[in-house]
Amino acid sequence: MPDVHSLVNEFVIKLQKRQIEGSKTTAKLTAELLRSFISQLRLPHSNQAGALIDAVKEVGEKLITAKPVELAVGNVVRRVLHIIREEDLSITNAAVGGLNLASESDDDDGNDEYDHPVLSASAVAAAARSALRPPSLQTLLDDMPHSAANPHTSSSGGDSEGKSKSADSLRRKLKHDVIEAVNELIQEISTCHEQIAEQAVEHIHHNEVILTLGSSQTVKEFLLAAKEKNRSFRVFVAEGAPRYQGHAFAKELASSGLQTTVITDSAVFAMISHVNMVIVGAHAVMANGGVIAPVGLNMVALAAKRHAVPFVVLAGVHKLCPLYPHNPEVLLNELKSPSELLDFGEFSDCLDFGSGSGSPLIHVVNPAFDYVPPDLVSLFITDTGGHNPSYIYRLIADFYSPDDLVVRRKSAS
Amino acid sequence: MVAKKGSRGGAAGEDAGEELSRDPLQAILLADSFATLFRPITLERPKVLLPLVNAPMIEYTLAWLESAGVEEVFVFCCAHSKQVIEYLENSNWLNQPKFSVSTIESYNAMSAGDALRLIYEKNVVHGDFILVTGDTVSNMPLTQALKEHKERKKRDSNAVMTMIIKQSKPSPITHQSRLGTEELFMAIDPKTKELLYYEDKADTSKGTLTLDRTMLLDRSSISLHNDKQDCYIDICSPEVLSLFTDNFDYQHLRRHFVKGLLVDDLMGYKIFTHEIHSSYAARVENYRSYDTISKDIIQRWTYPLVPDIQFLQNSLTKLERRGTYRASDVGLSRSAKMGPFTVIGSRTTIGKHSEVSNSVIGEDCVIGSNVSIDGCYIWNKVNIEDGCRLKHAIVCDGVTMKSGAVLEAGVVLSFKVIIGQNFVVPAYSKVSLLQQPVRQDSDEELEYADNSSGNIEITSVPNTTDVLEELNTEVGGAGFIWSVGEKGLEEEWRHSVAPISADRLLEIIKSATDELDTSNEESNILPPSGELGIDSDNESDDGRDDHAHFEKEVEATFLRAIHENVEEDHIIIEVNSLRLSYNMASTDCAGALFYAMMKYAVDTPHDSAGELLKITNGVIGKWEKLLKYYLPSLDEEIEVILKFEEMCLESTKEYANLFSQILHLLYDKDILQEDGILRWESEKEQADESDKVFVKKAEKFLQWLKEASEEED
Repeated sequence: MPDVHSLVNEFVIKLQKRQIEGSKTTAKLTAELLRSFISQLRLPHSNQAGALIDAVKEVGEKLITAKPVELAVGNVVRRVLHIIREEDLSITNAAVGGLNLASESDDDDGNDEYDHPVLSASAVAAAARSALRPPSLQTLLDDMPHSAANPHTSSSGGDSEGKSKSADSLRRKLKHDVIEAVNELIQEISTCHEQIAEQAVEHIHHNEVILTLGSSQTVKEFLLAAKEKNRSFRVFVAEGAPRYQGHAFAKELASSGLQTTVITDSAVFAMISHVNMVIVGAHAVMANGGVIAPVGLNMVALAAKRHAVPFVVLAGVHKLCPLYPHNPEVLLNELKSPSELLDFGEFSDCLDFGSGSGSPLIHVVNPAFDYVPPDLVSLFITDTGGHNPSYIYRLIADFYSPDDLVVRRKSAS
Repeated sequence: MVAKKGSRGGAAGEDAGEELSRDPLQAILLADSFATLFRPITLERPKVLLPLVNAPMIEYTLAWLESAGVEEVFVFCCAHSKQVIEYLENSNWLNQPKFSVSTIESYNAMSAGDALRLIYEKNVVHGDFILVTGDTVSNMPLTQALKEHKERKKRDSNAVMTMIIKQSKPSPITHQSRLGTEELFMAIDPKTKELLYYEDKADTSKGTLTLDRTMLLDRSSISLHNDKQDCYIDICSPEVLSLFTDNFDYQHLRRHFVKGLLVDDLMGYKIFTHEIHSSYAARVENYRSYDTISKDIIQRWTYPLVPDIQFLQNSLTKLERRGTYRASDVGLSRSAKMGPFTVIGSRTTIGKHSEVSNSVIGEDCVIGSNVSIDGCYIWNKVNIEDGCRLKHAIVCDGVTMKSGAVLEAGVVLSFKVIIGQNFVVPAYSKVSLLQQPVRQDSDEELEYADNSSGNIEITSVPNTTDVLEELNTEVGGAGFIWSVGEKGLEEEWRHSVAPISADRLLEIIKSATDELDTSNEESNILPPSGELGIDSDNESDDGRDDHAHFEKEVEATFLRAIHENVEEDHIIIEVNSLRLSYNMASTDCAGALFYAMMKYAVDTPHDSAGELLKITNGVIGKWEKLLKYYLPSLDEEIEVILKFEEMCLESTKEYANLFSQILHLLYDKDILQEDGILRWESEKEQADESDKVFVKKAEKFLQWLKEASEEED
């Protein structure tokens, strides 16, 4: 146990110190951390799902407050919570539906037991996903099962020895299933680039000019996938001040054989009329279809809108955030060190507080992100396909449970 | 001793090379500044635990060391060591998985040198280590600097230390860095980055620096900087510790150790510099740097060590517009105004119509209504009642300010002081519940001494009420206003949190220009390049001035020569050097020297004109050779005559009647030649009648001369 806690603490410190950058790595690390946390967690006999959810929420809260601006952390925590709820639901269904089945197989080899419910759990999950359960009444009712599941397990456990054994196995099964599903999530996060890149051919056509800003791994793989399919096109890369990641990005593209042009951020408006499509990455996608993206993208989006150029945002599902940008928990921006903009030494005489009024005359603001409102976005391409901004809230309903929108322990209960 | 030192140093050096790869990176953190600049606050709490933007200073240092990859930190505690250790025990630092913090306690260390000697005895440091003080705020990555240090060390085992520096321009007016320290001069080899010269106490009034000539012997160039700030972050090899042990008189890290190494040629140890550009590093040395660094933190130069990012122990605050940070549970009245660059800690309440700007307010403070706070640092649990006005002050924990009290700029209120109703605390005063210890001596060593034994000294202080001014207790005040330090009020403004007032700046500018003028007169320094343009406008003025100075100097030299019996050759050398430094022609030398002689002659007591002539004869006779040396051509001779003429007219009128005789005398002595005198006459022919006075006086002589020459023909 202390081992997990120290792992959590270490991760928290890394997040606080801003040592982990990039939403994909953060998401993956968070999922892996939660997996090891769940696997080492000892569950009580009763109300396992509830206990699990509480425990995950506790860790989740810590992680989220460590770096509130990194929404991917919260997203993954919520995804895991959703997974627990789903698995719990499917197990309860299985327990209710096949109590006799459980007692039968109890005599058999223990392995059989797992196979069947695993199938059923994923089947239920798949069914729920395909049916696109609306986040309304049913999900609200879904909250009940773990409180309602208690009497089931406890009553069935109390009946006979065999049944208590089955409860025990159920318990192990829940954890097992959850870990299985979290593994899938990790898999999903790590393959999201390929999933998105597969769709590249449908969007990039011959002799097109694509504009992008800064650097994004997703965009790079997307473009390279199109290139592999022998599409010939040109890429304009806006350098992405103040970090100028666009320079390195252009180099990477050029070394892969793509015709690349580097422009300054301020030249975007001048160049946009040559462009057929803007393809950019995102930091997070909010529930209303708005995008939190590297600074400068709002300007690009406005320019694209003005010239009716499609503005396409690539985002893995882990970047979908179930919150709205006006939520108080959402920290839309992070102000980084001014030293990225200008050299401290050169300006040190303007920052001398020993003379004058003592208040700084120069204030350097270096925001990391921009908010692009949904009406400027033409299309989202996620690993599940292309979507309209207005469709995002539905997508979110697939992946998150509305109960988890606020990841905070109720201090009273 | 020397042999021992050598062998030990060598062995350590070899070991270091091999051990570097596996040794954990160690750091020594001195949790004591061994200075008294933060008094009276530091009498009650160690400096490293003082809050800097609502988190103790040591938190910044430790958080930085941890993120920079340091694995083992030795915290050296001395003054108030119990408090530091207790603090660390209650914090999370002692049980971090990959970051071990251990404390070393001492009761009698009086300086950084003592501390390092003690650490050396403990034998805990094995490889290269980082030496910092517990008041360092930085976000620099150490990897690059460490790599450079290790590579240099491999090539040259004498490269024992790498000093981190950062560009920061000092104020041209006060000659003070933005951190309130003196202007720092460094000479650095631009190629190897070796530090050659370090002077933080340079006399700026004179405007001169003396560098050792040997510096340039084997280097093509050196660069001299005054715009570099010493970050007080050093990467040291283990030899540094043994060096401190061997040189037991090293106390101060910079004043003794660095300067000592730079001066010492015998051992050949070298110090190198590493300049950081994009990252931040600074040390809270005095109140001014406390102010500056706080503002840098609020402006996020220290990112990620900023208030809205929760590194350890600080309360979570949220960044809002215009650089304000507010904890979520601040009770801010609707009509209260929160100005720019302000931090307000959790559970603090601010009443109606109060205004806060450019300030940091801690936790659990209660601020009444109609209070105005500007540029202040208010720590925790402070109670400020209605209508108080605070400007550029530091207010420590538990202070109560009764209604209507006023703090003027630069005030420091130490712990739990109570300021009475409507009391006005004068500018730059320091108020504490403790009485001011009597400073026995201003000697530096003693300064260290009384700092380290803070507790003992307070009790032993005799009750000298004449220097202690009790606050007006009748309105409920409590505390003593300390009398200003021995440097006097004059120096207080330099180091206080308050910005230097415009009047003061004007004063400084004025005195600086005065100094510049006088120094120009005295030692003829070329003015700084920046001011050359202005001077060139009135060069003629200067030229005349210079001339007069030159003459005076020559005269002084000549008089000295007479009184001290200096040989002629020496006078010639001296006069020549004067001539070069004043950029004068050789004719001026002749004139000046002649003037000096005549002046001397006329100054010698005499009764009549005849006697004067005799004296003059004697003087010229004696220094004939000298004068001749400066009269190689006719031009100089004419100059001498013109000079003589001028003297007769202006300064020494006694000669006026003797003009002809002396001219004759000079001719006799072969100092003036016939051609010269005649040329003078012809030059004068075109002049006004008034100018011809002396030509007429010398008419006879001239006539005689002409006849003589004709005869010869």
